[in-house]
Amino acid sequence: MAITDSVPRRSRSAGTPTPDHLPRLLPADPWAGPTSLAAHLARYGQLRSSGMDRRQREDLIEEVGRAGLTGRGGAGFPTARKLAAVASAHRPVVVANGTEGEPASAKDKILLARSPHLVLDGAVVAAEIVGASHAIVVVHHSVREIVDDAASERRQAGSDRIRIKIMTGADRFVGGEASALVHWIQRGIPTPTRTPPRLSERGLGGRPTLVQNVETLAHLALIARYGAAWFRAVGTTRQPGSMLVTILGAVERPCVHEIAIGTPIQQVLSLADGASAPLQALLLGGYFGTWVPASAAHLPFSSAGLAALGASVGAGLIAALPEDVCGLVETAKVVRYLADESAGQCGPCLFGLDAIAGELQRLTEGCASDLGTLRRWLDQVDGRGACRHPDGVIRLIRSAMTVFASEVEHHAQGRCRATRTANILPVPPRTRR
Amino acid sequence: MTGGVRLRVDPIACDGRRLCAEILPELITLDDWGFPIVGDVDVPVGLLDEAREAVRICPKLALRLDRME
Repeated sequence: MAITDSVPRRSRSAGTPTPDHLPRLLPADPWAGPTSLAAHLARYGQLRSSGMDRRQREDLIEEVGRAGLTGRGGAGFPTARKLAAVASAHRPVVVANGTEGEPASAKDKILLARSPHLVLDGAVVAAEIVGASHAIVVVHHSVREIVDDAASERRQAGSDRIRIKIMTGADRFVGGEASALVHWIQRGIPTPTRTPPRLSERGLGGRPTLVQNVETLAHLALIARYGAAWFRAVGTTRQPGSMLVTILGAVERPCVHEIAIGTPIQQVLSLADGASAPLQALLLGGYFGTWVPASAAHLPFSSAGLAALGASVGAGLIAALPEDVCGLVETAKVVRYLADESAGQCGPCLFGLDAIAGELQRLTEGCASDLGTLRRWLDQVDGRGACRHPDGVIRLIRSAMTVFASEVEHHAQGRCRATRTANILPVPPRTRR
Repeated sequence: MTGGVRLRVDPIACDGRRLCAEILPELITLDDWGFPIVGDVDVPVGLLDEAREAVRICPKLALRLDRME
């Protein structure tokens, strides 16, 4: 599975895990419970980032840059640049984002449940690098107890100079957006705030704030220990390292796995014991992701490999849609959920997404619907929120209209070729509105 | 070297009062729900006064002029 590239490996000290061996982040035993602090240290060794001087901190940012680590929360922004933006600031704060509000995604919850200390290490490293005195780790409620236990283990052992505060995230899709997360921590309101100012300039309590996804932080903890060359031993040259993926839908064994970036999608599906039915399409990245035809399964799961289809790895979701289930119906259901999850602050998102969700619903039900109107609304709403929520929804719809183009024609005439309905893409029950 | 100025809407503050589109229909159109769409174009010199007036008159202080770098 390893997609190795030509970057030379640095010599390994005793105890360094084999660079191209996966999983790196999760325990080797998929049935293992939370890794204790002792087991964690036995596997990875001590973290040696404590008490770095300015020069060492700058060196470590450069090392992260050489590693080529990018954010694993969906946007894929270079981590070194985010670190550098906050490191030069006065009294910064670090926030670890483990809210994972997307109903289909499980990788952050699994990571926190199995390897909580690796995430906490990463939060500590990030805080040390930027010169923050404390880190706030916000997690999904389902793993809160495990992370609390891990944090208290560390306090008893006196592991960290950095204070770690654990919080539970708001149970909302939009609550994971970086500014919404800061808003939630500060005021208990999980809605995005306006930009400017950027969080890196003025975030939590007016202080420069670094928000990083928990998986990104776990990788950071390994780069701090083993270096850039070790990190780059798997993955592609342009997108090095491993990443967690959530595989669901028509596969034999839906699961979370750690893959080398660039692994062919077909091979990733085989980690879930392969497709359980003939496949029609795949949703890649997440609910803000992109539908691609099943024939794309030979492509590497990397942003470069998927660029030609307008797709990216996003937050690592791969959902397999079988031949006999309607992709439009699945999309309309998710779009309704996402429209309901609008924070309701921006007119185009609040009214536009609601109208679009209604029009899609009418289309799937074979009621007279106006495709011209739908397309105009997609154009009108795209890019007009304070956050990227509407853009993500529109990206999903546009890819559905392309990949399921013939299905759109059928539905416009009141027909649907699907022979069964199935909840391939999970959404919570509709209760809010 | 500075470029021109552009209109920016703060979408959270904007309530869709539509005054801006009345003053400056050349640059501000409304979507199907009455919220302003401002293009990514520099405000022509000949429309700067109207643009400033649109910014001044917004009851939600949701419109501003940004100088492009």
